Amino acid sequence: MLEAYLNLFIKAVFVENIALAFFLGMCTFIAVSKKVSTAFGLGVAVVVVQGITVPINNLVYRHLLKEDALAFLGLGQTDLTFIGLISYIGVIAASVQILEMFLDKFVPSLYNALGIFLPLITVNCAILGGSLFMVERDYGFGESVVYGLGSGIGWALAIVALAGIREKMRYSDVPLGLRGLGITFMTVGLMAMAFMAFSGIQL
Amino acid sequence: MGKSREALLSPIFNQNPIALQILGICSALAVTSKLETAVTMCFAVIFVTAFSGASVSLIRNHIPSSIRIIVQMTIIASLVIVVDQFLKAYAFDMSKQLSVFVGLIITNCIVMGRAEAFAMKEGVGLSFLDGVGNGLGYSIILLVVGVIRELFGSGQLFGQEILAMASTGGWYVPNGLLLLPPSAFFIIGGFIWVLRSFKTEQIEEEG
Repeated sequence: MLEAYLNLFIKAVFVENIALAFFLGMCTFIAVSKKVSTAFGLGVAVVVVQGITVPINNLVYRHLLKEDALAFLGLGQTDLTFIGLISYIGVIAASVQILEMFLDKFVPSLYNALGIFLPLITVNCAILGGSLFMVERDYGFGESVVYGLGSGIGWALAIVALAGIREKMRYSDVPLGLRGLGITFMTVGLMAMAFMAFSGIQL
Repeated sequence: MGKSREALLSPIFNQNPIALQILGICSALAVTSKLETAVTMCFAVIFVTAFSGASVSLIRNHIPSSIRIIVQMTIIASLVIVVDQFLKAYAFDMSKQLSVFVGLIITNCIVMGRAEAFAMKEGVGLSFLDGVGNGLGYSIILLVVGVIRELFGSGQLFGQEILAMASTGGWYVPNGLLLLPPSAFFIIGGFIWVLRSFKTEQIEEEG
């Protein structure tokens, strides 16, 4: 049992890295990776939100939306999976909002560090993508907790690494037209190739 | 007339959402290894940006600004559900191949960005055109990347053989790298380079 979870975790962090293998959360990945410190803040925020929303969406999917899930209400045959998308995004927006209020009230220091990133996260594809992959692969509750944390950590790892590279890149002489966005794309491509080396790993 | 023309055409090159504003790349990369999926994705995105722009603009004077994001999100999510269900009903194989990426149009920053920056201020017709324009700007990059990847990666376009492959007795030895995900980054990076060599005012000055 533990072994299966560990396997899933490693797979979510490295082999199927949500940023470098599926390109999710690219907009913020590229826009907020100019400095290591901000990239780290955003990375932590993603891990937290992903670790909360994927399990919640798992419960929503299995106990409300899935076919026959509403049998306890006497609504046997109902299949509500078609409103899945809108429910998941609603859950994500709501939990980000609640998390923001909770941090503001009880952990102000963390709120000050993560505050600006939290609203950004609602529209981060990595978060919704995590939930959609969870549904597509039919994970159970335990698996969804592990997958949520693992994919969040994988994303955080990738953005911190990219920010480190971009900080160093300021000292190099890049061709005019490639400056900024262009060279960042090339760098991400090279990083993605490096991460592909993990793809053969079987645990 | 000039204004609607500008709303439609300027996002394609001058204000391209992908190349200049780094919006909506998430899905742009993963669906381009074959032209067929790229084209489907383009239509889906054009549909969603155009109609979400028009709908948001239609009710823009009635949306309280504190909850505007969630209202926009609901409109966009409903449109994406329409696209998703349509694909599942009429093109099931395609919807299987696109897997989660149709759903991810909801969080595509182009759609949200245009709803927030344009549709909240301008009229219905203009917002619709702006949506189509931005959808086209997104499509043009997707198509360029899709053509390069499929043609040179597997010698085909839309699944039809164009370059005779060496493995079946032809002359073309395919470049396998192009079928792998990282190649999309190199192609988009190169596209930006070419675009900025012609439009030098888009060059970023980094300190």
